[in-house]
Amino acid sequence: MIHRFLPLVVTIAVLVVGFLLCAMQFPNFASLRVVGNLLTDNAFLGITAIGMTFVILSGGIDLSVGAVIGFTTVLLAVLIEQGGWDPPAAFAAALLAAALFGAAMGAIIHVFRMPPFIVTLAGMFVARGMAFVLTTDSLPINHPLYGDLNDVAWRFDGGGKLSLPAMILLSVLALAVVLAHWTRFGANLYALGGNRQSAELMGVPVARTTVAVYTLSGLLAGLAGIVFSLYTGAGYSLAATGVELDTITAVVIGGTQLTGGYGYVLGTFAGVLIQGLIQTYITFDGTLSSWWTKIAIGALLFVFILLQKGLLAAWTGRGGEPAEA
Amino acid sequence: MTPHIPEPSAPLLAIRGLSKAFLGVQALDGVDFTLRHGEIHALLGENGAGKSTLIKTLTGVYRRDAGTVALEGREIAPRGVEEAQRLHIGTVYQEVNLLPNLSVAENLFLGRQPMRFGLVDRGAMRRRARAVLSGFGLSVEVTAPLGRFSVATQQIVAIARAVDMSAKVLILDEPTASLDAQEVAVLFGVLRALKGRGIGIVFVTHFLDQVYAVCDRITVLRNGRLVGERRTDELPRLDLVAMMLGRELEAAAHRIAADPAAHDDADTDARPPLVRFRGFGRARSVEPFDLDIHPGEVVGLAGLLGSGRTETVRLVFGMDRADQGKATVDGRPVRLRGPREAIRLGFGFCPEDRKKEGIVGELSVRENIILALQARQGWLKPIPRRRQEEIADRFIRLLDIRTPDAERPIQLLSGGNQQKALLARWLATEPRLLILDEPTRGIDVGAHAEIIRLIERLCADGMALLVVSSELEEIVAYSRRVVVLRDRRHIAELRGGEVTVDRIVSAIASEPASSGSEGALA
Ligand SMILES: Nc1ncnc2c1ncn2[C@@H]1O[C@H](COP(=O)(O)OP(=O)(O)OP(=O)(O)O)[C@@H](O)[C@H]1O
Ligand SMILES: [Mg+2]
Repeated sequence: MIHRFLPLVVTIAVLVVGFLLCAMQFPNFASLRVVGNLLTDNAFLGITAIGMTFVILSGGIDLSVGAVIGFTTVLLAVLIEQGGWDPPAAFAAALLAAALFGAAMGAIIHVFRMPPFIVTLAGMFVARGMAFVLTTDSLPINHPLYGDLNDVAWRFDGGGKLSLPAMILLSVLALAVVLAHWTRFGANLYALGGNRQSAELMGVPVARTTVAVYTLSGLLAGLAGIVFSLYTGAGYSLAATGVELDTITAVVIGGTQLTGGYGYVLGTFAGVLIQGLIQTYITFDGTLSSWWTKIAIGALLFVFILLQKGLLAAWTGRGGEPAEA
Repeated sequence: MTPHIPEPSAPLLAIRGLSKAFLGVQALDGVDFTLRHGEIHALLGENGAGKSTLIKTLTGVYRRDAGTVALEGREIAPRGVEEAQRLHIGTVYQEVNLLPNLSVAENLFLGRQPMRFGLVDRGAMRRRARAVLSGFGLSVEVTAPLGRFSVATQQIVAIARAVDMSAKVLILDEPTASLDAQEVAVLFGVLRALKGRGIGIVFVTHFLDQVYAVCDRITVLRNGRLVGERRTDELPRLDLVAMMLGRELEAAAHRIAADPAAHDDADTDARPPLVRFRGFGRARSVEPFDLDIHPGEVVGLAGLLGSGRTETVRLVFGMDRADQGKATVDGRPVRLRGPREAIRLGFGFCPEDRKKEGIVGELSVRENIILALQARQGWLKPIPRRRQEEIADRFIRLLDIRTPDAERPIQLLSGGNQQKALLARWLATEPRLLILDEPTRGIDVGAHAEIIRLIERLCADGMALLVVSSELEEIVAYSRRVVVLRDRRHIAELRGGEVTVDRIVSAIASEPASSGSEGALA
């Protein structure tokens, strides 16, 4: 069954090779510090991308995630700084709002049979607009708990540490893998992405699953928003612009089919790290314009999509009759 | 667990006055249907009679307009497949292909996976999948994606899934369309065992032989209405056909027995062939073969499933590229690099897996019919609308495609009528060589005869045909020559008087060493 995991294996191999190349060029690269920072810096992206993976696996897309992150940071800032809320209460409110927002989009997609692309595009404008309604400025969050949370870390020798955002990312990843492969919900997602009509005729609860997957994506975008606000210490209505595209890129580089039904959460994680690695490389190099990141990621995306097309053709092609007893 | 067989005071399933209308079509009109414990009940009727609609209305895929359904005396109204499954009604729907992206095991257990500690127990799922499939004589790698397997294997998996779920009622809507004789025999064994346990089975098919082989009772629908219910042993076949069609099947259509004149046309061989293949083959697909097809000739391809029939026609049509051998058309060498090339040469191909490779569901019947013709002309030269309508109307009449009008999205037609439209698509291109893979599958008795007659008429006009079919009587009826395949190899070629069912069967069964007259190609 090497075939089935091949896209995943290729992605992970690219990540490892890329890391080794960087390590060869920059002596300080191969350190726990760099790895720790890689996870911390990309935590919000990774959390969002995991939600996006589920949506894409189910045959949909969620363009609203970047705006939901932006909205969440603003909501937190307003609640904590202007409303005087405790951060935990504000976190809960933000998660609830983001999840409900996702659920609403999922319900619209299902009930009105609207293309997810359109519904979540509208959702993107709505969420971004709501953030602007709350405030157009960048609002710093000065609550002491923010400082404390930012100090939470699991430290290693030599200055490396696993920060709270990194821990959240890894926990979400672990839960997501279980959800995808060891629950009925996960199987239903793959089924829905494979063929909606067949899934329905096999008894998959299409309505519930559709609403649930967009709720999950919203919830994870909200969580990413919390992480982002911890990371930047501010709420800003333009935060995380374009993140929906970065996450879709990570998902595709990670080997998930944009049309749904095929892919792995772990691949997305590798896809996120590959993007982060390129960014880190450019930071280390110091002379390259940061736009090279975009160019490198664009090229990589293109190569990966070609590769996947080839693999999928080989995989689903008439591989010969089965052995029949 | 000993099966509990309730006192048959109330029938297992009692449907009364069931009605369902779609825009412009009364698909079901006050239909009654009774299923008893431990019986196999055939639900029959022409294409578009309302069989699939009855099943979907019963299991809650469609909301019914009127009527009641009682399961063991208790009224039920499932609102969806999931709920019907919980009532122990397992169904294989006509169009279900399961999910090619999931593994075989996942397909079998989707929605009812064995759980342990709140999580899916994948090991148990694999073990149980193997056990379930072994009951069907199938031993496949259950972790491989279903899409990798043949249509027949996929169909068996779908049936196995439904059987495993149906503690009370099992519904099969044309489950045998892609199965060969041996697989059908295995299925019937399973059905009889279920029947012995008191389970009621609804069986929809167009194969009347199968009806008489396993069914206890028959209910016939016509135009959405109940025609009647009979015991199988009290209903002669001709009466059954008359019930289905509402008229006698004309004598001419009965002539399915071999017509020697059709096979004995000596000067055809003297004429130059339309296409000629020499040493044509592809590694791991089909061994190199020689094949000539003359204008006006029907060549049949016979053999068991997986013997290389479908692979042969895919090569001929350029869907798979040959890696050895030569092909000539009208004596000129050609390279079949793809279907476009083949279409340009005047070939047409009506594939076996029509759900996947054929219809475009959202497009209208008209658009589906003119699709291949338009593709050959090039999209820059649209066929005038008037002409499109003429063509569509002609084939709707010719093949008796049941649709209110040509503008209806084809996915709203019944399964058999979609297939007729697909056949029309290729006939509309007036190909010089038409390749048909299982042309009469899922098509009712009336239309079946119609299509065979049409095939004969087209050949008289000079079209050549290459036909794959599992129905040997049918092949014998219209083929001038029959190529027999086994193990991806052309093992025999029968012609003229040799074309009989017995000869084909014995060629298939012959020892590899003593293969037929035309010789095996090493
Ligand atoms: N979803 C739908 N929307 C509109 N019309 C429909 C729909 N499904 C079925 N019909 C129509 O209802 C009628 C009955 O169709 P049905 O599929 O029940 O036929 P069937 O007996 O199963 O035929 P076949 O043997 O071809 O499968 C047909 O005229 C068909 O066009
Ligand atoms: Mg039907």
